[in-house]
This record gives sequence, C-alpha cells and structure tokens, in this order.
Amino acid sequence: MLDQVRKPRLVVIGNGMAGMRTIEHLLERAPDLYDITVFGSEPHANYNRILLSPVLAGEKGLDEIVLNPLSWYAQNNIKLRKGETVAMIDRRTREVVTADGLRAPYDKLLIATGSNPIVLPVPGKDLPGVIGYRDIHDVNRMLEAAQRYKSAVVIGGGLLGLEAANGLMKQGMDVTVVHLVETLMERQLDADAGALLRASLEARGLKFKMPAKTEAILGTERVTGVRFADGEEISADLVVMAVGIRPNFELAKKAGLHCERGIVVSDTMQTFDGDIYAVGECVQHRRLTYGLVAPLFEQAKVCANHLALKGFARYEGSQVSTKLKVTGIDLFSAGDFAAGEGREEIVLRDVGAGVYKRLVLKQNKLIGAVLYGDTADGAWYFQLLREGADVSQMRDRLMFGEAQESKAGAGGNKVAAMADSAEICGCNGVCKGTIVKAIAEKKLFTVEDVRAHTKASASCGSCTGLVEQLLASTVGDYSEAPKVKPMCGCTSHPHDDVRRTIVEQQLKSIPEVMKRLDWSTPDGCHSCRPALNYYLVAAWPGEYRDDPQSRFINERVHANIQRDGTFSVVPRMWGGVTTPDELRAIADVADKFKIPTVKVTGGQRIDLLGVKKEDLPAVWADLNSAGMVSGAAYAKGLRTVKTCVGTEWCRFGTQDSTGLGIRIEKFMWGSWTPAKVKMGVSGCPRNCAEATCKDVGIICVDSGYEIQFAGAAGLHIKGTELLTKVASEDECLEIVVALTQLYREQGRYLERMYKWCDRVGLDAIRKAVVDDLPRRKALFARFAYSQQFAQVDPWRERARPGPARAEFAPLAELELA
Amino acid sequence: MTVWTDIGEADSIPPLGSRVVRSQRGDIAIFRTSDDQYFALDDRCPHRGGPLSQGIVHGRRVTCPLHNFVIELESGRAVAPDEGCAHRHEVRVVAGKLQLAVAEPVKVAP
Repeated sequence: MLDQVRKPRLVVIGNGMAGMRTIEHLLERAPDLYDITVFGSEPHANYNRILLSPVLAGEKGLDEIVLNPLSWYAQNNIKLRKGETVAMIDRRTREVVTADGLRAPYDKLLIATGSNPIVLPVPGKDLPGVIGYRDIHDVNRMLEAAQRYKSAVVIGGGLLGLEAANGLMKQGMDVTVVHLVETLMERQLDADAGALLRASLEARGLKFKMPAKTEAILGTERVTGVRFADGEEISADLVVMAVGIRPNFELAKKAGLHCERGIVVSDTMQTFDGDIYAVGECVQHRRLTYGLVAPLFEQAKVCANHLALKGFARYEGSQVSTKLKVTGIDLFSAGDFAAGEGREEIVLRDVGAGVYKRLVLKQNKLIGAVLYGDTADGAWYFQLLREGADVSQMRDRLMFGEAQESKAGAGGNKVAAMADSAEICGCNGVCKGTIVKAIAEKKLFTVEDVRAHTKASASCGSCTGLVEQLLASTVGDYSEAPKVKPMCGCTSHPHDDVRRTIVEQQLKSIPEVMKRLDWSTPDGCHSCRPALNYYLVAAWPGEYRDDPQSRFINERVHANIQRDGTFSVVPRMWGGVTTPDELRAIADVADKFKIPTVKVTGGQRIDLLGVKKEDLPAVWADLNSAGMVSGAAYAKGLRTVKTCVGTEWCRFGTQDSTGLGIRIEKFMWGSWTPAKVKMGVSGCPRNCAEATCKDVGIICVDSGYEIQFAGAAGLHIKGTELLTKVASEDECLEIVVALTQLYREQGRYLERMYKWCDRVGLDAIRKAVVDDLPRRKALFARFAYSQQFAQVDPWRERARPGPARAEFAPLAELELA
Repeated sequence: MTVWTDIGEADSIPPLGSRVVRSQRGDIAIFRTSDDQYFALDDRCPHRGGPLSQGIVHGRRVTCPLHNFVIELESGRAVAPDEGCAHRHEVRVVAGKLQLAVAEPVKVAP
C-alpha cells in the first residue's frame, strides 16, 4: 500500500456567499492545503443573494447573479454536493451526516448555514401561497404567482419587504405592504426619511397599511386574504412574509456547540470546538449578528486566514451601511442616528426636490447618516464615520458633501446618469463602460478589485466615490467596512498601531517590525516598506540607519524620475532668491550635460529635466561647487518656502517676508515628513506668495505674523486654517517647527498636513503647539535634535566617489554578438 | 548554446537592490532578493516601458517606479490582474561573480 500523505479534509456546510467567499480567500492564501467538500441544500451553484430583488423585478436574469459557476468548483478540485442537506454533525467521529444518511469525515469544519426567514406564528401561516423571501426558490414561486394571481400582501416594511413588494409590483401585481410600526425601514431610517420613502413608493403604486398587526392569514385551500388586529381584512392571492431573518444554527446547537442568538464565535471565527469554524449570518460575534454582506466578507477573510494556518488576522466587528435596491429610489443609511443625550443633528429637508439628509454628530464625530434622494456622498460619510474623524473643522460644509469640502475635478455627478463613454478616472483614462464591464465580467466586488483590474481610482483616488457608486449600482453594496484600515496587504495592523509599537517596543529596523507584527510577506511591499522606513527615521533620529532599498526611487537617488526613465534635478534656492553666479552655474551645467529642458517651477526654483541617471553625480558636483544643495523636490519632506519680497522692496510690505522664509528654510531643510511639506511667507495680506494654500503659510501683518496651516492646492483645493498670531519672528519660527514636528510624529505616511489636521482636529493641534508652552518647546527640541542628522546634503554624499555613488553607474557594458 | 558573460561582483548589488547592464539591445536589470537570489529581466516594464531596475524589490517581485506594475522576477510576468511580460535572462553566481546569459527575444509573428 502506498504510504501517501493525506491532505486534511475541510467540509463546508452551506454553499452561500459567506462560505464560498471564505473558500476563495483560502485558495488564494493556501491553494493546496485542504481536500474541500461543500454541502449545499439548494440545487444551484453559489449565487449573489443580494441581487434576488433585481431578479424578482425582472431587471436581471438568474444567470447574471451566479458568483461561482459549477466549473469553478471543478477547477479548484472542490467536491460540490448540491441538493444534499446536512442533518447532523457527529463531533465524536468528526463526520457530517446528510439527510440521506451518508457520512463525510472532516478534519476542519466550516458552518455557513446562513439564516432563515422568520415566519409569524399566526393561523394560516402554512397555507399554500404564503412564502418567505430568502432564496431563488422563493423568487421563482413569487414570479409564478405573479403570472396567475392579481393581489399580493407583503408583511414587513423593512429592506427586504420593500424590495419584494417593488419586485411584485413590477411583475404586475397589486401590492399592499403591511408594517407593524409607523416608519418604513425603521432600523435604517428616521420618521422623516421613512415618510418620504413611503410617499415615493405610493406614487409608484404601492399601497401601505401601517401600523398594523397581522392577526391571521385567511383561506382554506389557498390563501385568500389577511386579517389584522383592528378587525380589517384585505384579500390577497399571495402573502410574502419578510419580517426578518433568524440565524440558522440548529445544526450547530444539536451538535452541542455553544449558541445564543447565533453560533457563538471568537475573533478568529472559531466556535467553542476549535476545529469547527462558522461565518456569515448564522454566527454571533461579540454579541452581534449581521445580516448584511460587508461584515460577512470581512469574517470570511479572517476565517480563511486562520484556516490557512496564518493566524494573525482578527475580526473585531463591523460598521454597516445600507442601500435600498429599488431602482429609482436613492436611499443610504449608516451608523446610529437615534436622537439622544450629547448628540447633535444637521438636517437638510427639501420635500419639493425629494431630498432629505440627516447627519448625527457626537463629540465632533459623525456617528450616523441618513440620506434620501441624493446619496452621492454616502460613501464619503461612511468613511468619516468608520474612521471616527473629527469633523469640527468642516462642520459648516459637511452637509453639502465631499465636493463642497474641497474636491477638485469630477465629483457630485450622478454616476447612473452618465454615458458609458464618460471618463471616471482622469488619471488613467478609464471610462464608465470599461468599469461596468469589468465589474460584470470579472465578478468584482470591491474598490480594490476595480483598481486592480481597470486602474480606475488607482492613482490619485479622487474618483473613488464614483467607482463605489458604480459598484453599488452594478452588483449591490459590497463596500467592505473595516473599522480601521490595515497599512497594506502585508499586515492586518493599521498605521497608528505600527507606529505605536515601534516606539513602545523600541523596534529599530524594518525586519524587526515585520517580525514583531507578523508581516505576512518576507520583506513587505512597495507600499509598506517606505512607510516603515519613515516611521523608523522619525522615531529614532541618529540611531536608525536609513534603508535606501525601502525608499521610492526619487528619494533613493535624490532626483525625480520622468516618464522616459531620465531624471529631473532641482537645486535649492533659499526663499526663491538666487544670484547671477548660481544662474550661470545652472546654465553651464545645462550646456555641459546637454540637458534638454530648463523650466521654472511653481515653488520659485529652476528644474533641469531629462538628466541621465549616470550623469546625476557629475551634475550635482558642479552645482555643489557653485554653492547649491539639493532642493529635495522629490522628498516626502520640506520642499520649498515660497516668499514675496516684503519690506526690502515692496511698498506694501509689512515685515521681511523673504528673510523669514529663508530663515525657516535654512532651519528646516533636510527634514523628512509623512508627506511633502510646502511653505509660503507673504509680506502683507495681499498674499503674493500664495501662502494660504500651503501646508504652512505665514501672512505678515503690521503687528506681527499670522501662522496658517493645512492648506492644499493639488488634488484638493483648500484654504489654510489660522493657527495663531504671534508678534515676533522667533516665536513664529518656534511654532512652525513645533507644528511640523507634531505632524512628523502623528501623520500617517503619505497623509498630507491638511488630512492629518482633519483627522486629529485643529483644536488638539493648537493646544499642543500654541497653548501648551512646555510641549511646544519639547517638540521644537526634538525637531532640532533630529536635524543634526538630517541636514546632510545628499548630493554631496553621492557626488564624491564612494559606495553611495555605485548605484548610478551601470554594472557592466555588454558587447553582444 | 548558452554563453555566460561575467558582469561583476555579486556583492556589488545590495540585497533588495538592482543594477543595470548596458547592451545594444537595451538595458538589462539584474535584481537581488533578500535571500540572495539573482534574476535578470529587460529593463522595460511591459506597461509603459518604465525602468524596472529603479523599482522596489520585495519577495520575488519588483514594483515598477512609474505606475506600480508588479512584475514576477522569475518569469517576468505582471502579477494578475495586470497583463504583460518583461523578457527574462539567465543569471548565475560563480565564485562570487555574477554571470549573465542573454536570451534572444522571442520573435512574435506579425
């Protein structure tokens, strides 16, 4: 007999979205680890349950909602036993037993049995013509009934009930929705939005009876009507019960697994029996059960990670948002929007236009949002909500959405109304049709999927909201909603955790950080390595040895890579001031190295474009010998300090703005920051240095200096916030430096100063660098300390012969035959 | 027949680094991974021709500096869902020296 090593057997009970999503992730992470068998009681492959409503409404066909066709199971060597119901789990022999008495052994078991519709315990509930709304079978029965009968009653005015009612109405039935309370979708909507929704559905032809308690379902052979507690009766040929779902955990309970309102699972999605996992609507995690898809997908990811023996991911619960999938009705709700102590509301109501928006704030954070009629900003609000961002600074504009908040370029358009040829992603030239096609053909679910396949929103990201809307309108709402985003795919830890750990555990190299925090890749990726390198540079000045291989090319070779692979070189011009000698030296360099383009930059400097990599050290040597150093035009660090001429020349100048700009630049050059930092100093409020759209801007006035910060004039356009006003240049410098140091310590890698300010709040920053004098001094001292290691001209280091220079020369020149 | 040419010291490329070898047919990028494996690809990203030698090396992959295309060092193929392939060459270490065997580019029928 062959002594063959047997693969462990993984049995999955439930061929639905949560179970198969887990298997998909598992196959990505550990393709050949298990011998997989899937039991599904429905006679179908896995389909998208969220899209049952469009099928019912006749907007989509059955074949369009299949997620995993039968060929997928075959390709991945998964034994699919469809139409077979598991009746028992035998934990002693580690087998599952089907209704037909067949036994299948397991080493690991995954329960994904989903949920069942709740059936009201009223007389007549078992009559023919009374159905729940849960699967394809139910949809088929409803479609069949719509062919033969005229009137339907839908019990339940929640998400599912309204979608069922809308679908039946589209199929030509006369539909009455019965709801127990006074507000439709009361778990997602407040009374006002509920009323708008009701009016809009009534205008389409739906009837409502609410509040109303169903007392009995009438009929003998088949349903004929419904009687309510108030004695009224209405006739009906079809009754759909859509009053809610109940986790389906019978099987688990019978097997002795601990269940409460669902199968109780840990943060690794394990039940009380460590070999048995559970995901989806059947589970109860930290006392909550979930019925929406985004949390199930998060659970699936964690469960797959654990099944793949990686074991570092944890599920910590989800924030959820809801959209109603009734074509032509835009409705979005997220978070907690009940009124209460310490809560404030911002409400916009325009009944004529059919628009209602309500935002609920608590302690300067958005905790709930209800949007009706215009949901374009739903994704944005949801992001603010789950990040727990401080919104006090944008409070007056919050209601008007992200477009008002600062967005440049496309945005705000209703994406559904756009033509297929309309460009969604301006950076990568991707139009709507391409994205919709990719979503449909490649079965994409998340913004990350769309980015990977189409490149839409993969560059500047300003079209992310549009892509999210396209996803929602094409496949339904899959917006995954982790409470905090991990740094990248290599880790489950978010930026702030990593930074804190680096400091607390005194981690001083990239491999140490990766080891301590269970990185899933051997040496990270292009996204996390530069971030880790910065965090280490910022945490351990003078101690940490910068890792050039973890720097993006521009920072590694101290020049900006161009589209043809050549580089651009920008020498520093302190405060934008230059001399004839410097200009002559630049001209000589341009001539000597045949530099094709010489251009004046927006930051008051000169850019030499088209320099070959191997010429860089010689170009730098010439610029160095004329007294110039690197302008760091490539750096996540201090770039320029733009100035106007101030009191030295200008008849309006109030202070020496040029001198102050130069002083700041000389003190701060060389410092690394989370993202680029651009500064400006204007000599009077006419603001010729455009200081009020910089990361840090100073406006000189007769009585002193206004310190502004958190402006932007790129992807986003945003005026600065006033931090404070001071009387002296010394104090001005001290505050600007302390502010920058606080940003260095708190900003997430690639998070510009204005985004950092949005996140932590202007008040907190002002307190730290203006009000709290000892803290300001300490921040200043930390910056000054790190500068002694940072103020080394990188050009001079590399212009000299030595190891740093090797990179610029080719390794060899090959003569090919 | 494979013709091996000496191109320099193995240690002249840092771990997770890359250097370029010039040839009439264009630059060839030599990569070194963190576990000291060496790979050679044409220094042109299949996407927009970016110099792969200037990218960040991670695992057995390199990320193009222009638009973050990720390329498998072993095969030259773009990591799915991106598509495309950078032409690969054989490289080996003999007694601390790097040797390169330049492969003919595959002729694609018109």
